[in-house]
Amino acid sequence: MVKRLLLIAYILIATSAYSMSAEEVKGMTIGDTDTRVAALNKAMLEANDKTAAFLQALADDAVKLAGDKVFIVKGDKAFDAVTDVETALPDDTEDVINNNRMRGEIDSALAALKLFSNDDTVRAAAVKQLQSDADETKLPLIEKALATEHNASIKAQLGMVRAAALLNSSDQTKRLEAAQLLAGSGQANTKTMLLERLKLEEDSAVKVALGAALRQVESALAWGDKLGALFSGISLGSILLLVALGLAITYGLMGVINMAHGELMMIGAYATYVVQGVFQKYLPGAFDWYLLASVPVAFMAAALMGAVLERSVIRFLYGRPLETLLATWGISLMLMQLVRSVFGAQNVGVENPSWMSGGVQVLGNLSLPYNRLVIIGFALFVLGSVAWLIGKTRLGLFVRGVTQNRPIASCMGVNTARIDTYAFALGSGIAGLAGCALSQVGNVGPDLGQGYIVDAFMVVVLGGVGQLAGTVYAALGLGILNKFLEGWTGAVLAKIAVLVFIIVFIQKRPQGIFAMRGRSAEA
Amino acid sequence: MNTPITAIPLPASAPLLSRTGWATFCVTLIVICAVAPVLNLWVPAGSMFHLSDYGVGLVGRIMCYAICALAMDLIWGFTGILSLGHGLFFALGGYAMGMYLMRQIGLDGNYKSALPDFMVFLDWKELPWHWTFSDSFVATLFLIIAVPGLVAFVFGYFAFRSRIKGVYFSIITQAMTFAAMLLFFRNETGFGGNNGFTDFKRILDIPIATQEMRMTLFVLTGLTLLGFFLLARWLITTKFGRVLQAVRDAESRVMFSGYNPLGYKLTIWTISAMMCGVAGALYVPQVGIINPSEMSPANSIEIAIWAAVGGRATLIGPILGAFIVSGAKSWLTVAYPEFWLYFLGALFIGVTLFLPQGVMGLVGRILSRKKGERA
Repeated sequence: MVKRLLLIAYILIATSAYSMSAEEVKGMTIGDTDTRVAALNKAMLEANDKTAAFLQALADDAVKLAGDKVFIVKGDKAFDAVTDVETALPDDTEDVINNNRMRGEIDSALAALKLFSNDDTVRAAAVKQLQSDADETKLPLIEKALATEHNASIKAQLGMVRAAALLNSSDQTKRLEAAQLLAGSGQANTKTMLLERLKLEEDSAVKVALGAALRQVESALAWGDKLGALFSGISLGSILLLVALGLAITYGLMGVINMAHGELMMIGAYATYVVQGVFQKYLPGAFDWYLLASVPVAFMAAALMGAVLERSVIRFLYGRPLETLLATWGISLMLMQLVRSVFGAQNVGVENPSWMSGGVQVLGNLSLPYNRLVIIGFALFVLGSVAWLIGKTRLGLFVRGVTQNRPIASCMGVNTARIDTYAFALGSGIAGLAGCALSQVGNVGPDLGQGYIVDAFMVVVLGGVGQLAGTVYAALGLGILNKFLEGWTGAVLAKIAVLVFIIVFIQKRPQGIFAMRGRSAEA
Repeated sequence: MNTPITAIPLPASAPLLSRTGWATFCVTLIVICAVAPVLNLWVPAGSMFHLSDYGVGLVGRIMCYAICALAMDLIWGFTGILSLGHGLFFALGGYAMGMYLMRQIGLDGNYKSALPDFMVFLDWKELPWHWTFSDSFVATLFLIIAVPGLVAFVFGYFAFRSRIKGVYFSIITQAMTFAAMLLFFRNETGFGGNNGFTDFKRILDIPIATQEMRMTLFVLTGLTLLGFFLLARWLITTKFGRVLQAVRDAESRVMFSGYNPLGYKLTIWTISAMMCGVAGALYVPQVGIINPSEMSPANSIEIAIWAAVGGRATLIGPILGAFIVSGAKSWLTVAYPEFWLYFLGALFIGVTLFLPQGVMGLVGRILSRKKGERA
């Protein structure tokens, strides 16, 4: 809107230099839509700022008609459209009615005029708008703009618009040229454009050229699609990994069926929200870095909650897995209600910091958003830390010892009860980190955890209980499988297919991808 | 884990499963079924003995839940298999009934078409294949039992054959009901999508919204509950039932003794699913709606909590549990809506921590203490 106003202002300043003939003005205003459109296109060939102002007035319904006199109304004053002289408005004026077709023509003509703006962003927007309704009548204008354009990326886009306009030309050679030009573009809308033309095309030579162009575009698109699916698969896998990693510790290593795992994630997400609020209020200058500060806060909040739960409820239920399941489900209900009471039942808004918005454009139809890339990196970081903590530190040694043989570990002087608390708090803290990451890609609300709990269990069970490596493979595998199926069957059916796959897989291999070796008959 | 080798005595019957216990229960149920219609239909509305329509609806609904809890008791309490997917069987029975009720609307829908409204809305021209038998009441009765039974049989066969048990089984049943919920949410599966089925008009060509019809359904539900209770009681006293309890307590030993647990587990699992299907079919005409949210994992877990609150492996306990929890729910969600989830959550935790035997265990302990004092 602002840009449009600027444009009008610019036009008004420059008005006096140009003028429009009375025929042009009348042609665009009086008569049926066909004649008006014809007049409009004719006027566009010698368009000037006056034309733009008049079109803008038409689009704003500010043009009135009295007999064959045309007036532009501005506020409570009226101007003669041809001479630009302020005049009194006659009593018997009629409004000029623009139907939808006329409106569309006016809008695209206005957009075409913006091609000559000095502002790069205005021109880029104009090109984008033209892309959808380019036809032969705009061709001279586009070519004129192309000749003066100096910004490389806009020029390239404008070239595509020109090709699109050429494609519907009545001249066969022009259509052939268009086919060649379009073959080099790897964009989804080029494909639809080519397909539409191919249906209408009657000339055999052009048909062949169009077919070849279509194949070229399709192969470029197919690559982009495949890479895109792979990337979103890895991205989903990294989220699943974050979600399941905490559970791999509490459930996989400790055997606690923690149905409140999702709610611990929710606590992490809300901790991020609170940190964001604190930064907004006290440190608005450093707002972009709130996310870094919220990582340790989310971890600590969830870990503390986990430690409290372990000390107060879960420790009494070791060895009774089904009871643990019910008790932790109860905990999850209470935590959800607690959050509803404190923060309200509505979702809260967590913003991406500015450095996480945008993305890298890799191919025509493939761009990698920064927030996804950051989460993939973050998942790797968390995975590395957990692997180091479990594999290399003294705490990790104790956790593994207690998992493998509790009485012997106890005999060796390990305080098993304390290790349980630490391990559970660690798993919960990682859930908090997952929540912090999820707050950047989805809604933050009391139900946040519910959507992920089934997935988290699936990943851990599929990977093999007690196996961190299995969790990694299962998360990435499920993520990629899900996204490839999604491209094929749609999101919901893909999800169902994955669940069915897991159910069947567990039937075949109840111990998961990686089995623990042991002699137990009950495993 | 090494199990210490000790002789396990045969499980003694729970005190309230004694002859007087279950006889009292049966008589109570019959009395409820006989008295409720009198209080509702023939006692004038002003009288203090009048049973309101709301009360009839509530008790009728809870009796459906009680059937589910009873089914859960058979599979969890007596066989030791915790299912988190019983909501699916309940909903399948409900959907089978719902399809029949949708056809009974006939030409009275919003679009005056023979097709259910949502199909007209989706611009479908004819009924999809799985609606073929939906206009026949007899076929519907069959489907109510057969569909949940078949799903349970197939799922159970593969699960029990690969000896999936314990938590693994619970989690994959949860995945099963979750996947089914997603499937039923889709419009193109032909089950009305998000909205499911509602706006029922008639059952067996009799208007459904009358007081008499509501009472009939109520009594029918009560009698079904009674029948299932007697069936369950008979089942667990047979040799079959004893083997089930042996599977629960020491499955490996059962196998070492030469029994194959597969058949036993599969049979009780399928029976349990069928009972839930019947409960769902009785539930739908009483509440007048069925939609995919009945399949949400939370609903299935709630069934387990009824059984846990009442006391597992007691048969009467889960039925009481359904009444206690659902009764509290319908009161609290109206009186203190923000505290209901706190209460439910605390109930889950409290029962698992302090009442592993549920209410029945508590009652049993009090009774035996009294007996001890007397002796």
